[in-house]
Amino acid sequence: MSGTTGQKPVDEALAREFGLSAEEYGNVLSIMGRTPSLTELGIFSVMWSEHCSYKSSRVWLRTLPTTAPWVIHGPGENAGVVDIGQGLAAIFKMESHNHPSFIEPYQGAATGVGGILRDVFTMGARPVANLNALRFGSPENPQTRRIVDGVVRGIGGYGNCVGVPTVGGEINFHPAYDGNPLVNAMTVGIARQDRIFLSAAAGIGNPVVYVGSKTGRDGIHGATMSSSEFDEDALAKRPTVQVGDPFVEKLLIEACLELMATDAIVAIQDMGAAGLTSSSVEMAGKGGVGIDLDLDAVPQRERGMTAYEMMLSESQERMLIVVHPDRTELARAIFEKWELDFAIIGHLTDTGHIVVRHQGRVEADIPLDPLADQAPLYRRPTAPAPAPEPLGPITDPVGIEQALIRLIGCPDLASRAWVWNQYDSTVGGQTVKRPGAADAAIVKVEGTSLGLALTTDCTPRYCRADARQGGAQAVAEAWRNIVATGARPLAVTDNLNFGSPEKPEVMGQFVAAIEGMGEACRALDFPVVSGNVSLYNETRAPDGSSVSILPTPAIGGLGVLDDVSRAIGLAMPREGTVILVGATHGELGQSLWLREIHGREDGAPPAIDLAAERRNGDFIRQQIEAGRVVACHDVSDGGILVALAEMAMAGEAGCVLLAPQSGMRPEAFWFGEDQSRYIVVVSDAEAFAAAATSAGVETRVLGEVAGDGLTLPSGATISKARMKAVNSAFFPALMDD
Amino acid sequence: MKAGIVVFPGTNRERDMAIALRAVTGRDPAMIWHGETALPDLDLVVLPGGFSYGDYLRCGAMAAHAPIMAPIRRFAEAGGHILGVCNGFQILTEAGLLPGALLRNGALRFLSQDCHLRVERGDTPFTRNWHVGDVFRAPMAHGDGNYIADDATIRDLEDSGRIAFRYARPDGRVDESDRQTNPNGSIKAIAGVLSANLRICGMMPHPEDLVDPLMGGEDGKPLFEGLVEALVR
Repeated sequence: MSGTTGQKPVDEALAREFGLSAEEYGNVLSIMGRTPSLTELGIFSVMWSEHCSYKSSRVWLRTLPTTAPWVIHGPGENAGVVDIGQGLAAIFKMESHNHPSFIEPYQGAATGVGGILRDVFTMGARPVANLNALRFGSPENPQTRRIVDGVVRGIGGYGNCVGVPTVGGEINFHPAYDGNPLVNAMTVGIARQDRIFLSAAAGIGNPVVYVGSKTGRDGIHGATMSSSEFDEDALAKRPTVQVGDPFVEKLLIEACLELMATDAIVAIQDMGAAGLTSSSVEMAGKGGVGIDLDLDAVPQRERGMTAYEMMLSESQERMLIVVHPDRTELARAIFEKWELDFAIIGHLTDTGHIVVRHQGRVEADIPLDPLADQAPLYRRPTAPAPAPEPLGPITDPVGIEQALIRLIGCPDLASRAWVWNQYDSTVGGQTVKRPGAADAAIVKVEGTSLGLALTTDCTPRYCRADARQGGAQAVAEAWRNIVATGARPLAVTDNLNFGSPEKPEVMGQFVAAIEGMGEACRALDFPVVSGNVSLYNETRAPDGSSVSILPTPAIGGLGVLDDVSRAIGLAMPREGTVILVGATHGELGQSLWLREIHGREDGAPPAIDLAAERRNGDFIRQQIEAGRVVACHDVSDGGILVALAEMAMAGEAGCVLLAPQSGMRPEAFWFGEDQSRYIVVVSDAEAFAAAATSAGVETRVLGEVAGDGLTLPSGATISKARMKAVNSAFFPALMDD
Repeated sequence: MKAGIVVFPGTNRERDMAIALRAVTGRDPAMIWHGETALPDLDLVVLPGGFSYGDYLRCGAMAAHAPIMAPIRRFAEAGGHILGVCNGFQILTEAGLLPGALLRNGALRFLSQDCHLRVERGDTPFTRNWHVGDVFRAPMAHGDGNYIADDATIRDLEDSGRIAFRYARPDGRVDESDRQTNPNGSIKAIAGVLSANLRICGMMPHPEDLVDPLMGGEDGKPLFEGLVEALVR
């Protein structure tokens, strides 16, 4: 046993440097019964990091609903798995790469995409779509442009090369993300239900195979970095950011899928955060077996790497596979065909320990059960947030026309085409609705009539004002966006981005957001099947204080269409009646109108009535299935008039609008962000209204399709050309392009 | 028509191309691995899009030296028909089977958007189902599609009618200097070129991704239907 592999002595001070508390280090000592080696301390510190152990969030995550008749695998596997019919499954997950994306935006974002792709294809799915939920700092912040540029290039550089279409996502700007952008990447794949691969190792003596890229010194302690706050030295942490190689990822996808078509695999897992450590520990731990690793056999990119470095490296594009012993040569031949490294680096044992050997020495020998069972679990103190003050009386200083123009040009509503146009959205030849064409992206399942409806949603400003409402709203909006295409919502993946869990007010937001999400998931039969938590999203203010991001529980939603040809988009057709579905009370609290026109971010967020949400959505989906709806768009940021402008800009015609609801201020009607609403265009308005009445759903005729702009009740027309000019100006101006 | 699609490490639009070919021929095209040293009996060889070898050197430069390129050259010399799309076009220029080169897009960013192409001649196996001046839509998805060649080559291409497609407005007008119309900055707005015998065609946009109304249209289909008619035996 070598406790002196590195230069530093292993003690509590070093444990703290590795992110362990004094108490956690005490537990390490009692599990080991001796001072651990440097490699052992490294393994404990990454496995017990917030990033890998979910030690602050686990108790709360357990409260989320995770089951439904169509859920095949919920949280606990590499990604969630749902039944989409015809013997097929959709496999999907969203994951953050926030900290690396601030330090090195291109590689941070690129490897975020690479990591989430591996989580999905490791289960046997061919990845068919990527989405990204992005949050950037204020456009006025000089750093923002650099970060947007790098993140967008990184996502495109990786996703375009691996040949998986990037079909959707969302972008917000807010000063709370200055110095701590959020990059949440989602991948969706398709697999046969009878060919899904799990990670639990089995078969004493079975060989453990390493495939993919060589191991280098990149990303060492990345998981630990992601589990702490940024400080002024953040940029000095650049060496902890990994470097991606999408070309190798593409080869790895093809080679793994080729191997998965055989019967060679017992278990498989990608090497993500904490690399070889977490993959080997988790595979053996889940299977209840031991594992012996011989690091001399690990393909290495650099000379003189220590056991500690190899176990903690986060080099990208690597997988660990337990294979049937008599299929080893078959597996080797496949990986050699794809010119990827293939090495047998160990075998499964009955010891219940992970034993790591290097250059003739045992560098680590840790019992797996206590490493998992005694992982820290915290029920951290929470402080309830004060209920937001309702918005008082407010005036309209600019008028409806001017307000619309300012809203559709603002950073949160401006056209994202500049971003989308850098992502290949058509590769694969299955993209039915590209970014911006519908409320959710629609991707056909090749060779079937099925279609997937995919979206990511969260309104962080609502979450800050009322985390419970905001959590519910994020789930409801994802559900609504899927419904608006005609698809049947199935399940979500969540990516919970919050500040430091050691701040009671942040933990309060976290717990409240999960409560709200859980309520909405239950009310809408929309369970959580996978997810990721990113805490410690904090930056240092000039005065030295720590500033948390807006609470951002990003929701990735997935739905299915049995007949993808029936999917509808949001573009205004050439004719029809424009109808609002759902009740309007004119809620301006936390609205974009309030922020963009008054410069205020206050009031209560719009209330959500989950029963009405369900009723309205089920009605919309039935009407779409019955072929009675030509176009549909949910009403969200910016309210009714912004939604109409988006439909007109995407479509072939405009709309002549009737007077707003009586007894309500016009700005509250046109720009209020009341939830659970849709705008539809129908050819038979009377039949639609009758169906709504019998379903107990409130509707209101907004106007008729006509012209090519929006004609307000005042008679003023805002032309499509003018709207498009305003809407498309923001990104090119920000990026000087 | 017997068609074969060449797959290099990093090729990623081979499935799209197979779908388009299957739609017009009714059968699966042969998938040909880059390490092969002979071609099966084929009427058409297709080099599809992607990032062969990661395109870490110049796009297509590594693939142009792959083992499969030797039989492809012999196929070309024997008068075989070859279509190269996107990375496939880049590989054909790197291999010297088509003139010119493809530089980084003018705006130095990857471009994924629909463009409009004007058909410059209608009497080749690739364009026979269009008339000169017809305009069709096609998705483009590339970082390096900015066509360039020296003045003499451009003159020769124009004089001998070897420009297959130009980027254009929906109404057919070509404006080389307009970034909306000619998004990647190609010289003379050239989007596709032909070999001297008119049997090799390279183009940057992806007709194979627009062969189904469900995906937004069938604008690309005439190219594949024309090939089937020309190469049926």
